[in-house]
Amino acid sequence: MARKSGFLVLASVLVASIASFCGSAAIFNPISDAHRSAALELFSPSDGSFGSLEETYEALRTFEVLGIEKELVIRTSVCASVSETLLSSLSTLKDLFQALRVNGILKCELNDKAFVEIASRFKDSLNAANLLLDFYHSIGGLMLIKDQTSEVDVHLGDADRVFRSIKALSQSDGKWRYSSNNPESSSYAAGIALETLAGLVSLASSEIDHSLIAILKNDIMKLFDGVERYDDGACYFDEKFVDAHGHQDPLSASSSVVRGITAFASATEESLNFPGDKILGLAKFFLGVEIPGCAKDLYHQIDALACLENSRVSVPLILSLPATVLSVSRKDQLKVRVNTVLGSAAPPLSVKLMQIFSSGSKDASVIDQELKFDPEHAVHVLENLPNNIDVGKYIFSFEISLQDPEHKKRYITGGRTKVPICITGVIEVKNVEIAVLDSDIGSIEMQKKLDLSGENDVALLANHLQKLRLSFQLSTPSRKAFKPHQAFLKLRHESGVEHIFVVGNSGKKFELILDFLGLVEKFFYLSGKYDIQLTVGDSVMENSFLRPLGHVELDLPDAPEKAARPPPQPVDSYSRYGPKTEIAHIFRAPEKRPPRELSLAFLGLVLLPFFGFLAGLLYLRVNLKNLPRSTVPATFAFLFHLGIASVLLLYALFWFKLDLFTTLKALGFLGIFLMFVGHRTLSHLASVSAKLKSA
Amino acid sequence: MGRSTTSKDAQALFHSFYSAYAATPTNLKIIDLYMLFAVLTAVIQVVYMAIVGSFPFNSFLSGVLSCVGTAVLAVCLRIQVNKENKEFKDLPPERAFADFALCNLVLHLVIMNFLG
Repeated sequence: MARKSGFLVLASVLVASIASFCGSAAIFNPISDAHRSAALELFSPSDGSFGSLEETYEALRTFEVLGIEKELVIRTSVCASVSETLLSSLSTLKDLFQALRVNGILKCELNDKAFVEIASRFKDSLNAANLLLDFYHSIGGLMLIKDQTSEVDVHLGDADRVFRSIKALSQSDGKWRYSSNNPESSSYAAGIALETLAGLVSLASSEIDHSLIAILKNDIMKLFDGVERYDDGACYFDEKFVDAHGHQDPLSASSSVVRGITAFASATEESLNFPGDKILGLAKFFLGVEIPGCAKDLYHQIDALACLENSRVSVPLILSLPATVLSVSRKDQLKVRVNTVLGSAAPPLSVKLMQIFSSGSKDASVIDQELKFDPEHAVHVLENLPNNIDVGKYIFSFEISLQDPEHKKRYITGGRTKVPICITGVIEVKNVEIAVLDSDIGSIEMQKKLDLSGENDVALLANHLQKLRLSFQLSTPSRKAFKPHQAFLKLRHESGVEHIFVVGNSGKKFELILDFLGLVEKFFYLSGKYDIQLTVGDSVMENSFLRPLGHVELDLPDAPEKAARPPPQPVDSYSRYGPKTEIAHIFRAPEKRPPRELSLAFLGLVLLPFFGFLAGLLYLRVNLKNLPRSTVPATFAFLFHLGIASVLLLYALFWFKLDLFTTLKALGFLGIFLMFVGHRTLSHLASVSAKLKSA
Repeated sequence: MGRSTTSKDAQALFHSFYSAYAATPTNLKIIDLYMLFAVLTAVIQVVYMAIVGSFPFNSFLSGVLSCVGTAVLAVCLRIQVNKENKEFKDLPPERAFADFALCNLVLHLVIMNFLG
């Protein structure tokens, strides 16, 4: 795990260092198969279509440029949609234009009669148009009809007037407005306008005043003056204002301008001097996007690059390298490719390595060595690297020279091209020594020499009065002293606490002296076994390593009261979140109950006195003589006894089932009844005994 | 010599008590018998508790107190009904009996609630 993280650190250092070089040097790669697979992925038809006709055109055009011969399953449905749009009288100019564009690629079977009608519609709209997009769609449509059928007459009568109306929408900085009402201008509109005017010129060139074309050339130059630049040489056209059509990003705006100027260049026969560095800069901008994320961006990129490649003038040539990291130990050769932007072969040319700049210094060594061309792989190879070149990061400066003077007029090479190159090699590590020294005297207590190519496991002993010294030397393949990006020594205690020290460099050798007397507090007074690990790494070092060297038993004094505690080590997550020990619950022991037989015996015993009472009553010859005989008092007497019995029954029910409230309610009713009945009975008895007494 | 006189005296005492008691009216004898019954029941319950322990203490208390309470009420009834008692001359015995019955009913309601 530590090795992987170490490697990731080194890899990120390499990438960061390459990126930091992009101030002046950068690599641009021409269109490759990665773009083709991206196109297939981004332009995948969903629900059997690419979307609108405009999106369908974008997909088809991208496939056409990239040479993707895809058997379109949806061809019939697209052609049906195209013919429907072209034949419908409700279609707008924009719909007709898009449908004609799609038809230009798919070449659906269409009736010439439809074209005649559409052409007349376009011509009519030109008479009345005053918006830039109307001009664009009409003239573009007429151009497309001219390409698709020869039967239709697309000649324009008043081309001069149309030219002037379009030109009237231009601004002084080379940009165009969409309409005379809207004051905002944009580069995207400029591209559209140039494409429109180019179409107009090709449709009716004899009728247009040549001075107008010269003015247009001026406008293009002014447009180029407003181009934005990146540090690495890429140029682009940006929009300053948000217009009615939404903000156009640099990619679509630059793509539109490139379409416009290349269309204009192929329409006029005159010589045009586009600034070569800016054309190359535009090509670098489009290639610098690499693989765009959305379909529209991919279309703009590919379409613009196709326009640049097929342009009548100023075709850019791109220098790229398949590998920018060369290894001295593997004896890699420097290989250079020169292609057009779409990846096609360049005309015969030679590449020379002119200068090598080493990173961080301004001076450069002049090489002036020509690279040998390998026709089989179409690469230029530098057979041997210059002798005095050591490992490190450099910027190589190449110059391309075309062999045919005719080609020099047509192709743009861009003068000197600067490319960042990283040369790696195996760094030799020697004289590795680790020693324990007595601090005062400096005498060596224990010294070990290590060989880092194999396993090492030194066992050292030290106390807080001593020092640990590590020293080694690094040298490059050219026998020069090397200073790596990282040189660390790590001491890891058995409890997990780690300490990292940077190994210092004194020019000739690397040395680290750890004085334990001063480090006692840093080590949290932890004595014990410390594992030693040495890390040396750099992006140009092929054998960067992270090696355990052994261990040192450190004897430190005890920690005082107020000393800092070592930081808590991460707890093993299973022990923290894993199951805990079982808890044994202690329940209250239930009360002892007497045995059943004993309880039943005593139940019988308790009932005995009651029977004894009844027996006693019999012995006393108790009688019921006072019980009344006549009906009413007898009833009351009976009811009285019944009432008492019912109250006792209520109490029994209360114990078994009822709650107090119900009992009290019932008792209330029974009590009232009992009172009444009892009163009658007892008063009757009292009156009877009073009569007896008086008698 | 001492022992025999004591036992003789005890016997004489017992005989005189027995003959005097025979003169009491029957209704008072019934009340006395009832009281004896209640007290014996209480004693048996206490013996039981002494054997098995007082775990449901409330039950023990309610049992014992019902017996003791009803004995006390019987004592009151005997006092009020006894014709030789000049204090309660004017109180009719039926009234005393009604009080006795009512108090017993209330006592037993409380006892049943406390029995648990």
